[in-house]
Amino acid sequence: MTERDNSNGVTGRFRLMNQQPVNLDGFATPAPELGLIAFQGTRDPIPSIIVENGSIVELDGRIKEEFDSIDEFIATHGIDIAIAEESMAIDSLQFARKLVDPYESRDALVRKAAGMTPAKLAEILGHLNAAELVMAMTKLRARRTPSNQAHVCNRSDDPLLLAADTATAVAFGFREIETTVPVLADAPSNAVAVSVGAAVGSAGVLVQCSVEEAAELAMGMRGLVSYAETVSLYGTEQIFIDGDDTPWSKAFLTSGYASRGIKMRVTSGGGAEALMGGAEQCSMFYLESRCVALARAIGAQGVQNGGIDSASVAAAVPGGVRSLMAENVLVMLLNLEACTGNDALMSESDVRRTSRTHPIFIAGSDFICSGFGSIQKYDNMFGPSNWNMEDIDDYLVMQRDWGVDGGLRTASEEKIEQLRRRATEAVSAVYTWLGLGDLTASWAEQAIYAAGSKDIEDADLMLPLNASATIMNTNITMLDVIAALAENGFDVEAERCLDMLKARVTGDYLQTAAIFDENMNVLSLVTDPNDYAGPGTGYKPSPVRQAEIDTIRQQVSVSDLRVEQSRYRSLDFHVSGTAEICHDPRDVVIGVSPATGRDIWRTLSGMLVRDVLDELLAGLEEEGCIGRVVRINDSIDLGIIGLGAARMSGSGIGIGLQAKGTALIHRRELAPLANLDLYSVAPSVTPRLYRLMGINAGRYAKGMTPEPVRNPYSDEAIEARYHTKVVSLVAIERECCSNDAPELLDIVR
Amino acid sequence: MSKGYSGIDADEITVDNIRHGDINLDDIRIHPDTLEHQAQLAEDTGNPQLAGNFRRAAELARFTDEEVLRLYEALRPNRSSVQELHVIAQDLASRGARRNAELFLQAADVYARRGLAKK
Repeated sequence: MTERDNSNGVTGRFRLMNQQPVNLDGFATPAPELGLIAFQGTRDPIPSIIVENGSIVELDGRIKEEFDSIDEFIATHGIDIAIAEESMAIDSLQFARKLVDPYESRDALVRKAAGMTPAKLAEILGHLNAAELVMAMTKLRARRTPSNQAHVCNRSDDPLLLAADTATAVAFGFREIETTVPVLADAPSNAVAVSVGAAVGSAGVLVQCSVEEAAELAMGMRGLVSYAETVSLYGTEQIFIDGDDTPWSKAFLTSGYASRGIKMRVTSGGGAEALMGGAEQCSMFYLESRCVALARAIGAQGVQNGGIDSASVAAAVPGGVRSLMAENVLVMLLNLEACTGNDALMSESDVRRTSRTHPIFIAGSDFICSGFGSIQKYDNMFGPSNWNMEDIDDYLVMQRDWGVDGGLRTASEEKIEQLRRRATEAVSAVYTWLGLGDLTASWAEQAIYAAGSKDIEDADLMLPLNASATIMNTNITMLDVIAALAENGFDVEAERCLDMLKARVTGDYLQTAAIFDENMNVLSLVTDPNDYAGPGTGYKPSPVRQAEIDTIRQQVSVSDLRVEQSRYRSLDFHVSGTAEICHDPRDVVIGVSPATGRDIWRTLSGMLVRDVLDELLAGLEEEGCIGRVVRINDSIDLGIIGLGAARMSGSGIGIGLQAKGTALIHRRELAPLANLDLYSVAPSVTPRLYRLMGINAGRYAKGMTPEPVRNPYSDEAIEARYHTKVVSLVAIERECCSNDAPELLDIVR
Repeated sequence: MSKGYSGIDADEITVDNIRHGDINLDDIRIHPDTLEHQAQLAEDTGNPQLAGNFRRAAELARFTDEEVLRLYEALRPNRSSVQELHVIAQDLASRGARRNAELFLQAADVYARRGLAKK
C-alpha cells in the first residue's frame, strides 16, 4: 500500500482547515530536555530554604557552595530572610487560593511572597487556571489605573514620521512610547524626534529608545529619553553571561538609572533560555520565576515579561499561553510594575493572538501591551506586534464591548491630521535650529499623510545619521531641544519637555508602576495603589473616561440615520386616493410600509425604494399583471402588510415590501406568517431578484408555477453590519405608523 | 524636596532660564536627598530592595556620568580581575559609596568562584 500524502488534505474539510492561518504557527511536542515545556520541567527544583545565622545557606535544593551567580544574588538580596521560613512553610495550594480571594488583601500577600523562593513562587502560580489568573491579576497589579504602551519606529528612522506617529499614538491614549532603530547610530535622532512628537500629543508621556544597555543610559543622562526598559535578565547563568551582564552589573545599571532620576524596568520572558539553547532542562516558567525574583533582588521597580521576543516559543507548547500570563501575575505578586507582554506577534491567527491578550485585557495591567505596534507592521523595528496599527479600531471596540479600560481612546481624523502637522512643524523647527538637518516641506507633507514609511518618497535617508552624529559630537541635550522649541514658538511643547526633565528632579516617577496623567500627576503604587477587594471596588473609570471608552467614532444614532435617509428623499411619491378592493383577476397589490415615501428612501442594499418598486411592477407587467402600490399605514409587520395587500388585490396575491428592502409574496387566505416567497436578507437583494419577485407574484396570480429563487446568503457578518441600522429603521417605521386607511400611491416616472 | 543636584530650586527651572542658557544638566539631575526620600517611600510600600536601589543610586548621584558608565562597564563579565574589583570597591568606600563598594566586593567573590572575572 502506498502512503497517503495528507499534507494538503484529502477531504474537502481538512483541505479547508489546513489553509487556516493558525496552521502557519509552529507547535512543538514538549521536549523537557530542551526546556520546551511550560511548567514542571525535569530539573525544576523542589522549593526549599535553609537559613543559618541570618543568611540563606540553601535555596531550592541547592547549597550555598553550589549557588550560581543568580542564586547567589537572590539569596543575598532578594528574599526577606526574617519571614522566609514562615513563608516557605505555607501550603502552596492554600496560598494560591488566597491570590483569588478578594478578602485577602494584596498588601498581606505581597509581604508574604517577599519571603519565598523562585521554585515556591512557580509552584504557587502553577496552581492557577486561566480564570483564576484573571482574578489574581485584577487584584495584584500595583497601579489601580491600567495603561498601555506603544511602539513607534520606522524603517528609515524618519524623524518627521516618528514625530507624527508618536503624536498620533499619544492621541489614541498611549502613555509610554518605545522606539528603536534599524541603524544603531540613528538612536539619538530618534530619541529627539519621538520626545518632540510625544510633547505635541500630550504632557507626561514617557519615552524610551531601546538600544544597547550603556548607549541607552547615556541618552538618558542627556535627558533625551525619560525611561528605560531594555535591561534584560535571564534565568540561567550561561545565558545571562551570554547577554554580557551579571546580576551585579545589572543591579549597578539599575542604580545608575535611578542616580539620574530616570525610570527603568527590566525585561525577561519565558522561552528565552530555551530559544538560546541554555534552559538546563528547566521549565520556562521556573526559569522566569528566577528572573522575576532577580528583578526584585536588584531593586528594579518593574518587569516587562510574558514571553516578549520568545512569546511564540512558550505558545508552541501545551499551557504555554497560560504560563505567559502567569509570568505577569508573578511580577505583580512580587510587588513590581508589570508590563505584560502582548508585544511580539505570537501567531498568524487573529483568533489566537486575540485569545492570548484577552484575559490580560479584561483583568487590566500596569501596561497591557509592552509594545502595541501603533505603526505599520513593516515599520516596527522590534518586529510585528501582537497588536498593530490596523487593530486600533478593534481594540477600541473591544474596550467598548466589555466596558474595559485598556488604556486607549478614540481620536478624530481631524485631530490626528492637526497633531501630525504640528509634530512635523515642531521637529523641523528643532532640527533646523540645532543644525541637525533640513527637513523639507514636501517630505513633511508626505509624513503627515503617510500610513507608513513606504509612502514617503522625499525622505533623506542619510539625515538621521548625520543628525545623530551632530547630537553626540556637539553634546546636544534635552535642554537644547527645549530652547529650540521655545525659540520657534512651540511654547506648549517646550513646557511639556521641561516637565519631563523636572520630573526626574522630584523623583516620584521612580516609584513602582509610575506613569503621568495628562496633568502631570504621578499615578503609581504610592499615589494610586490598586485597592481591588471584590465587586464594586478597585479601578473604576471616571465618567469622562467611561465616555471615552463608550464613544467610538463609528457609532450612529437614529437621527444620524434619518439625516442619511433624507439625502435620498424623492418627490416621486404621490397619494392619489384611498385604496379600494379590486376585482380584476390581473390585479396584484404591492403593499408598502408606513415610512415608504415619507422618511425612508433607500433600502439596506443601497437601492432606492422607488427603483425596487419599478422592478416589482416591471416583473408583474412581464406576466401581464397590473400592479398597484398601496401604503399600509397601520402595521410595520411585513406579514400583515403583505396579507393586507393580498386581501385588496383582485387576484388574491399581494407583495409586501418594507422600505428597508425586505419583501414577500402573500395570498389572501393564508395566515399572516405563512407567506409564499420571502426575501429576508434585505442588504443582499439585487434588482434582478426584485424583478423575479414581481414575475413570480404574477405567476401565482395566474395559477402558474413560480421560478425557483435562491435567497442570496453569503458568509459576511450580515447581521453585524446591518442590525443596528435595522433597529433605527424600524423605529422610524414605528413613528410613521397610524390608524389611517391604506392609501394608493402613484409613482411618477 | 524639589531641588536639583546643583541645589537649584525646582521653581527656577523654567523655559525662559533655559533659553538664556542659565540651566545646565546638573540642575535637572536628581539630588541624593531626594533619592533617600524615595527610598523611604519604597520601604513604606513594601519593597526594601527598591529602597536599597535608591540608596545605592543616592551614592552614585554624586558621581559623573562618565564614572557611572565606567563603573558599570567594570562589573560586566570578564571585564575586571578580582583584584581590580577590590581596588574599585576601596575607592568607592573612600568616596562615601559604601553600598556600591559592598556590591563590588560581593561581585569579586562570586566572579572568582563562577569564573566571571578577567583572568
